[in-house]
Amino acid sequence: MKIDEIIALVEGKLIEGKTTDEEVTKAFASDLMSDVLTIKDASSLLLITGLANMQTIRTCEMSEIRYILFVRGKKVTEEMKELAEENNMVLIETSYSMYKVAGILYANNINPLY
Amino acid sequence: MITEYHVNGGDFTNAGSVSSTVKKMMRQLGVDSTVVKRTVVALYEAEVNIVAHAYRGVVTVDLQPDKIYIKLADEGPGIADIPQAMQEGYSTASVAVREMGFGAGMGLPNIKANSDILNVNSVVGKGTTVEITNNF
Repeated sequence: MKIDEIIALVEGKLIEGKTTDEEVTKAFASDLMSDVLTIKDASSLLLITGLANMQTIRTCEMSEIRYILFVRGKKVTEEMKELAEENNMVLIETSYSMYKVAGILYANNINPLY
Repeated sequence: MITEYHVNGGDFTNAGSVSSTVKKMMRQLGVDSTVVKRTVVALYEAEVNIVAHAYRGVVTVDLQPDKIYIKLADEGPGIADIPQAMQEGYSTASVAVREMGFGAGMGLPNIKANSDILNVNSVVGKGTTVEITNNF
């Protein structure tokens, strides 16, 4: 699924990065960055998280995760945006809950990572 | 090539900056991306551990053509029972650390899973030394 479609489905807002033709095929939802760091194959992966701080971006930098969807109305800071831009990431915000977002994306054929 | 970095306890804003620098260095050297990822994930967890638990620490990175050796030596409370700390789920992390998305007792097991050779030594009341070696 393209990023634009994900944004439309969750009534999200693109905060950083470009919506390209790249497809997101799977997702992982977690607020615990140590669990995110156990992900081996992060290609075409969307991280759904309610944790909005610098460590979220750092964790994705180390894990090679390019797409992050912040839920529950969590706000991305300028500092986070800068680091995300440096790493060519796409950041999206939505007011939807993690459960709601996961349900919508699952129903639209975004696969679970595990 | 040996480089040295300083990490301050409690400095969550900059936690991960050493790992980021090392990632760029390894990439420039053309190290296999799987090895780069394993190394920086291990290093990042170890760097966060210094920020989360210690007062300060020094990270020494020895990047060689066929391997990378990283030593993280901190001044801090130390670890009384290392086998216990190596178990998934055991944590002494503060609320502040948990708010950062860590502190669930996954750090050391994650470091172990992503290191070819891992050594952890600690003296209670003095500090902890973590040594990670990954072959290319």
